[in-house]
Amino acid sequence: MSNKLDSKTPAGPLAEKWTQYRSTVPLVNPANKRNLEVIVVGTGLAGASAAATLAELGYKVKAFCFQDSPRRAHSIAAQGGINAAKNYQNDGDSVYRLFYDTIKGGDYRAREGNVYRLAEVSVNIIDQCVAQGVPFAREYGGTLSNRSFGGTQVQRTFYAAGQTGQQLLLGAYSALERQVGLGNVKMYARHEMLDVVTIDGKARGIIARNLVSGKLERHFGHAVLLCTGGYGNVFYLSTNAMGSNVTAAWKAHRKGAYFGNPCFTQIHPTCIPVSGHYQSKLTLMSESLRNDGRIWVPKQIDDKRHPNDIPEEERDYYLERRYPAFGNLVPRDIASRAAKERCDAGYGVGPSKMAVYLDFAYNLKNKYGRAEASKLGIDNPDDATLLRLGREVVKEKYGNLFDMYKQITNEDPYEVPMRIYPAVHYTMGGLWVDYELMTTVPGLYALGEANFSDHGANRLGASALMQGLADGYFVAPYTVGSYLSKEIHTKPINTDHEAFVQAEQAVQARLDQFLQVKGTKSVESYHRELGLIMWDKCGMARSEAGLKNAIQEIRALRDDFYKNVRVPGGQFEFNPELDKAGRVADFLELGELMCLDALDRNESCGGHFREEYQTEDGEALRDDEAYRYVAAWEYKGGSDWSLHKEALEYENIKIAQRSYK
Amino acid sequence: MGSEAMKINLKVWRQPNSKAEGKFETYQLNEVSPDMSFLEMFDVLNEQLITDGGEPVAFDHDCREGICGMCSMFINGRPHGPKQGITTCQLHMRSFKDGDTIVVEPWRAQSFPVIKDLSVDRSAFDRIIASGGFVSVNTGNAVDANSILIPKDTADEAFAAATCIGCGACVAACKNSSAMLFVSAKVSQLSLLPQGKAERENRVIAMVDQMDKEGFGSCTNTGACSAECPKEIDLSNIARMNREYVRAKLVSK
Ligand SMILES: Cc1cc2nc3c(=O)[nH]c(=O)nc-3n(C[C@H](O)[C@H](O)[C@H](O)COP(=O)(O)OP(=O)(O)OC[C@H]3O[C@@H](n4cnc5c(N)ncnc54)[C@H](O)[C@@H]3O)c2cc1C
Ligand code: SF4
Ligand code: FES
Repeated sequence: MSNKLDSKTPAGPLAEKWTQYRSTVPLVNPANKRNLEVIVVGTGLAGASAAATLAELGYKVKAFCFQDSPRRAHSIAAQGGINAAKNYQNDGDSVYRLFYDTIKGGDYRAREGNVYRLAEVSVNIIDQCVAQGVPFAREYGGTLSNRSFGGTQVQRTFYAAGQTGQQLLLGAYSALERQVGLGNVKMYARHEMLDVVTIDGKARGIIARNLVSGKLERHFGHAVLLCTGGYGNVFYLSTNAMGSNVTAAWKAHRKGAYFGNPCFTQIHPTCIPVSGHYQSKLTLMSESLRNDGRIWVPKQIDDKRHPNDIPEEERDYYLERRYPAFGNLVPRDIASRAAKERCDAGYGVGPSKMAVYLDFAYNLKNKYGRAEASKLGIDNPDDATLLRLGREVVKEKYGNLFDMYKQITNEDPYEVPMRIYPAVHYTMGGLWVDYELMTTVPGLYALGEANFSDHGANRLGASALMQGLADGYFVAPYTVGSYLSKEIHTKPINTDHEAFVQAEQAVQARLDQFLQVKGTKSVESYHRELGLIMWDKCGMARSEAGLKNAIQEIRALRDDFYKNVRVPGGQFEFNPELDKAGRVADFLELGELMCLDALDRNESCGGHFREEYQTEDGEALRDDEAYRYVAAWEYKGGSDWSLHKEALEYENIKIAQRSYK
Repeated sequence: MGSEAMKINLKVWRQPNSKAEGKFETYQLNEVSPDMSFLEMFDVLNEQLITDGGEPVAFDHDCREGICGMCSMFINGRPHGPKQGITTCQLHMRSFKDGDTIVVEPWRAQSFPVIKDLSVDRSAFDRIIASGGFVSVNTGNAVDANSILIPKDTADEAFAAATCIGCGACVAACKNSSAMLFVSAKVSQLSLLPQGKAERENRVIAMVDQMDKEGFGSCTNTGACSAECPKEIDLSNIARMNREYVRAKLVSK
């Protein structure tokens, strides 16, 4: 059984695996490519880049997305930047260092071969994007600019102001649209994939619903690529776009694809806190702000004073106190847990008391203000002058984020410290894939955030964009080609085939089921309730008792959903409530598996923190003996799963306990 | 900043599908928090409609932070509402007063047919990009990124044009339903950068042709587009596109 979990990592030295693979992979000749059809679901960074590249190579591609245009995939929202081991700053970066940082940042729960390849192709990504006309930030000399990110020691992050995701996605989208114009890609926007069709054990197509007409459609493909993003919205509130969901991956899971490390979730430390019961999503404040903001809470419990009236000695800069070496720049998982600890202990601030301060005053004055003053030759500047000068510099660096914050909270972060709190941001878990990005279903691939990925138990900042584009531009085109080289004799299968008919019937039955309940509660209300359970019991801190309890609660909620939900309208119309019903129903199943996975992992690592497994001073306690594996779950029907383990071998890196003290 | 709840009257355009006739419906919300976003107010309205057995209002949205370009409400006669430089999803209720009546319509333009209620079909924009809004460079063809030096000012100017989110507010704002601002933003970005130079002439001609084919109106320089654009895309892009077009016609004949 477990040989299904063969990672197929090529033999040989780490640095030669990918070159070796590429130069020996079987090829498909151009005439045959025209007869091979590939379905790409999702047009974010992973999907748009894969669809464009496969079409350039000559395959016939069909691409799908649920938004009204491929350009609106959630990747568009990424702010901070994209990593690449270019070493343009000559500061000691290298492919190996990026590889090492990624494995370590992931708390030693990622596969060496994949991560090394990711670091290797990172350099090609920047070249490709620049050639497409992506307007990255530049220096006066005309070269590309870099910033530092996520507590690494080198400057390897490329960026386009606070809109890096937008610019990268528009690059990939333009490549995709070029192929649409050439007739090599057929684009299906406002379409949602609702099942994978398998024939003789291989993925051969999908069932999709046209979200405008409501009709179901059958689409054949020699291979199917899922590039459908992450499932952070299982928590209801997250930084993800409203439509982000698990449906495509979940359908694949139910059709035999194993789900890898479902409980590995990234909670980002710097987001704008919840302001009311009507809250629909949370907004990220880029990690780059932690370079210049100091995080603190009052030393006194339930201190009601205005932050600016709390004197220096009555503030607790708890990250600087607990982690003197890294201070405010500890990795995301650590910063998030520390904020929760303070708020749970009663030191939180703001109306909800579930927030901490991110304060720029010190650096406005002392770092930037003083530097400017000395540049301008002002001796003994007073506080007001320092603040004014510093403000100019900070505005240039983070102006758009400060404006966004003010727009949402009506408070001016130049005058008053920001209030921030951790929020769900990214899912490291996803469909289990091998070195070729193939799931356990032959011919079914998963790319980008949808796969269980290269980030182990915690992702470093600016690495998701890198992974999405690596998978789509540079990895899948080779590995999918290798599979298709054995499919050249497979004629396109008629969609009257009984496998298509049955899959469509099952999808239809499910839609009917949602519409027939005719209860009284909105889909949204179930989603919100599920989110609360997940956040309380499978969020930043997890315990055996809490998780067991959560599983019971989720099951009860799921039962209630099928008895009392009200999905207005009908199937054959534009009906966003029906679309949402399907997504929430899948989240109601996924939530249970996440809790099960968290329960199985009796250790704390990266974003997964089990209260029972911590050191005396509250740090995560990993158990490499027992848990150095990828948990790959096989769906058995109902609430039944079986666990397969892919052991992780480290041949090139020495495993160590992470310490940021 | 918990302030007083407000009463808000909404007049919302309801239209079951592209073929049906539409009309305004009036709704009253009694507990609107000033800290809510405009779309969160619609969530509250929809929740109320669903529990009361009614039909929720269909509207497009996704990122809810002003970057995906999906939200598209025409509020009191202005695309994305009364405030400058933001999208509908970034508008907060504190921009309105207790007791206000707010009129909400979809984008209105022949080339953006209504799908339902406040959702419209903007696929014409994708077809315009497919006609030429790209650099023809296949994956793997690229040279080292730093071998192309681009002066910072040029890069910044190209970036400013590239921040267009493809929302269509410019079209909705224009009395002629012209798409010039959207098209010129892409043309500008790529004609400013050295990477885009090789296809400069073909691009502008193809994109303008496609724009006309889609039925967008002509530009009479009223500037309404730029004034309502949430990304404040500059009118000078239109002037640049016009120059590019004339130049291309001269070069290519
Ligand atoms: C606010 C924010 C900021 C971020 N900033 C950064 C950053 O600075 N650097 C970084 O590296 N990472 C960042 N990330 C993470 C990164 O943006 C994402 O992980 C990445 O963009 C995911 O890309 P993707 O292509 O895998 O999926 P997505 O971009 O999520 O695309 C998913 C696609 O799948 C389609 N889809 C989904 N389900 C279906 C279905 N059933 N049928 C049809 N289509 C479907 C969607 O329509 C969409 O086209 C950020 C994330 C957030 C939320
Ligand atoms: S130019 Fe402005 S208004 Fe027009 S589509 Fe772009 S962002 Fe929207
Ligand atoms: S919902 Fe994305 S811009 Fe408004």
